[in-house]
Amino acid sequence: MELKENYLLKMEKVSKSFYGNKVLKDINISVKYGEIVGLVGENGAGKSTLMNILFGNRIIHETGGFEGKIIFAGKEVSFNSPFDAIDAGIGMVHQEFIFIPDYTVTENILLNKEPTKYNFISEIFGDKINLLDREEMKRRTIEAIKKLDIELDPEMVVKEIPIGHKQFIEIAREIDRKSLKLLVLDEPTAVLTESEADIVIKAIKKLTAAGISIIFISHRLQEILNGCDRIFVLRDGAIQKELVPTETNPREIAEYMIGHELKKGNLKAKETRKINDTILEVNNLWVDMPGEQVNGVSFKVNKGEIFGIGGLTGQGKLGIANGIMGLYPAEGEVKFKGKPIHLNNSKYILEQGIAFVSEDRRGLGLLLDQPIFKNITFTAMQIKEKFIKSFLGGMIKFCDDQAMIKITKEYIDSLQIKCESEKQLAFELSGGNQQKLCMAKVFVLQPELIFVSEPTRGIDVGAKSLVLDTLRQYNRKYGTTIIMVSSELIELMSICERIAIVDEGQISGILPPNAQPEEFGLLMLGKKIEEKEGSVYK
Amino acid sequence: MKEKIKKIVEIIGLPRIIIFFFIGSLFVIAPIVGVRIDSSLNDVIVRFGMNGILVLSLIPMVKAGCGLNFGLQLGIIAGLVGAVTSIELELRGFMGFFTAIGIAIFIAVILGFLYGILLNKIKGDEMVVATYIGFSSVSFMCILWLLLPYKSPNMIWAVGGSGLRTTISLQGYWFHVLTDFLKINFGSHIVFPTGTILFFSLLSFLVWAFFKTKTGTAMAAVGSNAYYAKSCGINVNKMRMISVILSTVIAAIGIIVYQESFGFIQLYLAPLYMAFPAIAALLLGGASIKKASIKNVIIGAFLFQGILTMTPSVMNNIVQSDMSETIRIIVSNGLIVYALTRKIERER
Amino acid sequence: MMKKQVSTTTMNPFVYFLINYSVPIIFAIVVAFALPLSGLSVNNVVRELMIRISRNTFLILALLIPVMAGMGMNFGIVLGAMAGEISLIFITDWHIVGISGLLLAMLISTPIAIIFGYFAGIILNRAKGREMVTGFMVSFFMNGIYQVIVLYGMGNIIPISNPDILLPRGYGIRNAINLLSIRQVLDNLIPLKVGTIPIPVATFLFIIVLCIFIVWFKKTKLGQDMRTVGQDNEVARTSGIDVEKTRVLSIVISTVLACYGQIIFLQNIGTMNTYNSHEQVGVFAIAALLVGGASVTKANITNVFIGVILFHTMFVVSPRAGKELMGQAQLGEYFRVFVSYGVIAFSLALYAWRKRVERENERRKVMDYRKSILVKN
Repeated sequence: MELKENYLLKMEKVSKSFYGNKVLKDINISVKYGEIVGLVGENGAGKSTLMNILFGNRIIHETGGFEGKIIFAGKEVSFNSPFDAIDAGIGMVHQEFIFIPDYTVTENILLNKEPTKYNFISEIFGDKINLLDREEMKRRTIEAIKKLDIELDPEMVVKEIPIGHKQFIEIAREIDRKSLKLLVLDEPTAVLTESEADIVIKAIKKLTAAGISIIFISHRLQEILNGCDRIFVLRDGAIQKELVPTETNPREIAEYMIGHELKKGNLKAKETRKINDTILEVNNLWVDMPGEQVNGVSFKVNKGEIFGIGGLTGQGKLGIANGIMGLYPAEGEVKFKGKPIHLNNSKYILEQGIAFVSEDRRGLGLLLDQPIFKNITFTAMQIKEKFIKSFLGGMIKFCDDQAMIKITKEYIDSLQIKCESEKQLAFELSGGNQQKLCMAKVFVLQPELIFVSEPTRGIDVGAKSLVLDTLRQYNRKYGTTIIMVSSELIELMSICERIAIVDEGQISGILPPNAQPEEFGLLMLGKKIEEKEGSVYK
Repeated sequence: MKEKIKKIVEIIGLPRIIIFFFIGSLFVIAPIVGVRIDSSLNDVIVRFGMNGILVLSLIPMVKAGCGLNFGLQLGIIAGLVGAVTSIELELRGFMGFFTAIGIAIFIAVILGFLYGILLNKIKGDEMVVATYIGFSSVSFMCILWLLLPYKSPNMIWAVGGSGLRTTISLQGYWFHVLTDFLKINFGSHIVFPTGTILFFSLLSFLVWAFFKTKTGTAMAAVGSNAYYAKSCGINVNKMRMISVILSTVIAAIGIIVYQESFGFIQLYLAPLYMAFPAIAALLLGGASIKKASIKNVIIGAFLFQGILTMTPSVMNNIVQSDMSETIRIIVSNGLIVYALTRKIERER
Repeated sequence: MMKKQVSTTTMNPFVYFLINYSVPIIFAIVVAFALPLSGLSVNNVVRELMIRISRNTFLILALLIPVMAGMGMNFGIVLGAMAGEISLIFITDWHIVGISGLLLAMLISTPIAIIFGYFAGIILNRAKGREMVTGFMVSFFMNGIYQVIVLYGMGNIIPISNPDILLPRGYGIRNAINLLSIRQVLDNLIPLKVGTIPIPVATFLFIIVLCIFIVWFKKTKLGQDMRTVGQDNEVARTSGIDVEKTRVLSIVISTVLACYGQIIFLQNIGTMNTYNSHEQVGVFAIAALLVGGASVTKANITNVFIGVILFHTMFVVSPRAGKELMGQAQLGEYFRVFVSYGVIAFSLALYAWRKRVERENERRKVMDYRKSILVKN
């Protein structure tokens, strides 16, 4: 009895499956009154799903609900929609800022809960016809800002306030709700500097003093250790461990995040190939890709190497390849085979012999409404002018369907693409076969360097190894350099010769595949490796 | 069974099915109210040939992702200038016809180029701006028609005033040169306009062939998925520009064929709303804002002209009044509204 | 190579002002030229202008609320105009004269306008991102429906007893109806003359009341919700606002106001072109608003007044200026049409272009900021 009253929130044995795939397994989480609880885990570990369940988001209801119990403020609850959760006293501050740039701080904080002055006309036309009570709005804003103990001008238009302060708008919006008991912060310090992050943590601690509990989701280890009273580490849909900051250290947290199993040496020792010929040199690359910003990375890749790039989602690893390939604005210096190359020009990059299998298979990799043979040969036709019948001395270039079909049949065979015929439309294939299609498209170009992004995402287990094997074979057979970007550390460890980890848009370190898993974890969580002199890693 | 019917209806689209049955019933009622089917059918075919190329002109821009060409009037203006100049030069027969086309193409390329530059700067908002570009250019031309130094007595106002007349007759110049070319007579009521149909087929073939070339394939990729095209190294802006020029040129040819069949060159505000029937016809044939094929052009132009031809003659005999104008407004604009409110094709 | 940055906010504020207000500025210059050219006396121009402002402003004001709700320029005000015309047909048929006729017309047209507006709003909701194109296609479409009602329904299913307004065939309304019964009733309700120029006081009172209504509306919760929806649909939705309903409501209000506006317009003119009066309503009102410096996302009462004055001055002086300049009055008339369409084309293109430039600038600002902090570290 007594235990239950100490706890504001208890999630007991919560499980969730999406279409037969179990993503959360018997989660037990608790938050005491006035406590800050940290939730750590790689993306895909289940943090978002857990929060969706807590808030009663539609997607949970539409996919069969969840198992287990949620006990909030002493009562068992199951919310039908986020608005019910809000009414009950749970607030959420999202990673992407949700505000209106042209509104003032006050208007944003009180969005859709503006106080009004009563007017008799509302008897006929409804409440909404009442005038806004601007003075009351200002008063409530100042009160909320005071609770956070920060400097913010209520009348300033939000797009003018410093970026580091925009975070507080959302937090203030939640604390303005008198009923708020629990506040969930999703990566609140993601885009902030260390000093700005400190302000946030100080503000949060002030809130707990006022009786509000916090769930703090972040991947920045130091902040988690500084700010939280207890930490839950989530991995693969299950709570690995509950830790107390004073009794643990970054290494231990990283270990639980990445996984003990990886330690159990199922990795074969690699034949270390002597490769020392730099084919790609990247210096201070900046890429503006929404959600995957790159903030100045530098690295070198050797010819014929399989080089891995890993890191948590949103930290920038996807931005590197997309930037170099010209899909997003990029700046910096890139040298290919010793020669500096122009950025922001996809055609030029492809012509140089660099190709890309995008992580966005359906959006960027394929023309879904076109047949297989057109998909495979498209880029080669445009860039290398293959599969073309010329007339009038090159003035008119017709597609040579016969040649296209011929080469397609070869690839269907060698890659074992399961399809009815080479004329089948791309959208009808399964995920794994679509991926093979994307790879075939790149192979036809016979490039010297291939970027592959998330090669096995959304593919069933059987097909995964096939895709990886294909890449490895291609590399061995043709000596093509492969740069593989992936969220799955195991995958990187299985075929790469070196693995770089990207955190906050920069490379925090490069490790060999047989390094300790928690080393990788640390790199992902914010610790940087100093450049070792004469190290074989760089 | 019910599921299947539902699916078919969803794919073809309810309006098209309604119109198809509507026309079918018109053909059935026709003989009952004393309208000859054979001459009606002939009318439909002739009008199909007359309007088909204008509908065809919409294809390049839709395929390139520029949306429905509400600025069709630019191509029409090029065609009008070509036609008028050809008459000024006193050219007759096929000479006059092809000179008109030649001059029109030249002007259409220039106008299309300027139009293309503008559209490239406003990706995503093309349709609404294009409409008003179309309207303002037609009204601007009104001013020019008054001022341009054309002197041919067949074209300018006879008494007082200066500037070109509103309607200029093609009699004696190149009226029906194409329509009568190799025409086939079936009895007294049917004259098959072989020339026009051949010309239309030729242009359709050229468009089809274009999309089988390297450039055409690249253009279609841009319209299908611009990011994909960009990632394959295609210059999206260049492809869009080419599509706009193509559309404008084909429209210029289209209006000349139209005039040749109709017999008159109509200046001033006549072309103001000409984009809408062409767009409606294309949509009727099964196209959408993002997808259009030559099949859509043929089916659509045929059905659309079917309504325009059959409705007045049949309805007038039934209702004893001319509802054709009203029906045309409702049908063509309704179709466009329907297309605009359809959810964008979902990725399967 | 990174594209050259065209920053609109770090630009010289004077240049920024020029670009933003290019439409009214260019327009003012053209009018300044045409005015002396036309040879019309100031007195004449002011008299004409007074009439035009009084009869057009209400319609233009009706455009403001949809802009606020993010619906862009509401071409659907034509539907409101049609509703107004239908009610005028009825009061003419029932021989109700004077100010009571006018007020009755406004009364019975309201439910019609609400229905039309609701219909337009629902359709526009299904064409998000393409509201303006859909809007004027809907207005063309509704013209057809209007014809069915007025040209075929009236005198048939809808009983009309006055033979003066029916076509000779027995059903369908004539092409032109004279509205002598209510001609200028509102204008002359409170007579006032300044020198030789008559001022329609009551009409202006209506306009002022509408202005007050709009200002008041913006301050209500509903007004704020509309603003929020207009700023960002998704943020509005996340914060619990019923986005769809709010958008439809903005169109309904606009349609009803346009309906009254058209009644005011027609009472001044005194005759109604049954099938053509509403045709150019949308174009002229929107062109005027844009000439006043409004944009697709921002429009206020000042834009309305500046716009109506500039636009209609141009209208008044064009024919004469055209005659003086080129020897043809016809030229001036075509010029008016060209300018109306051209202003809209230019404003829309400018807006679309600026939207893209501004979006790119925002991204650059964020990227530069990030660079500055990380380089320091």
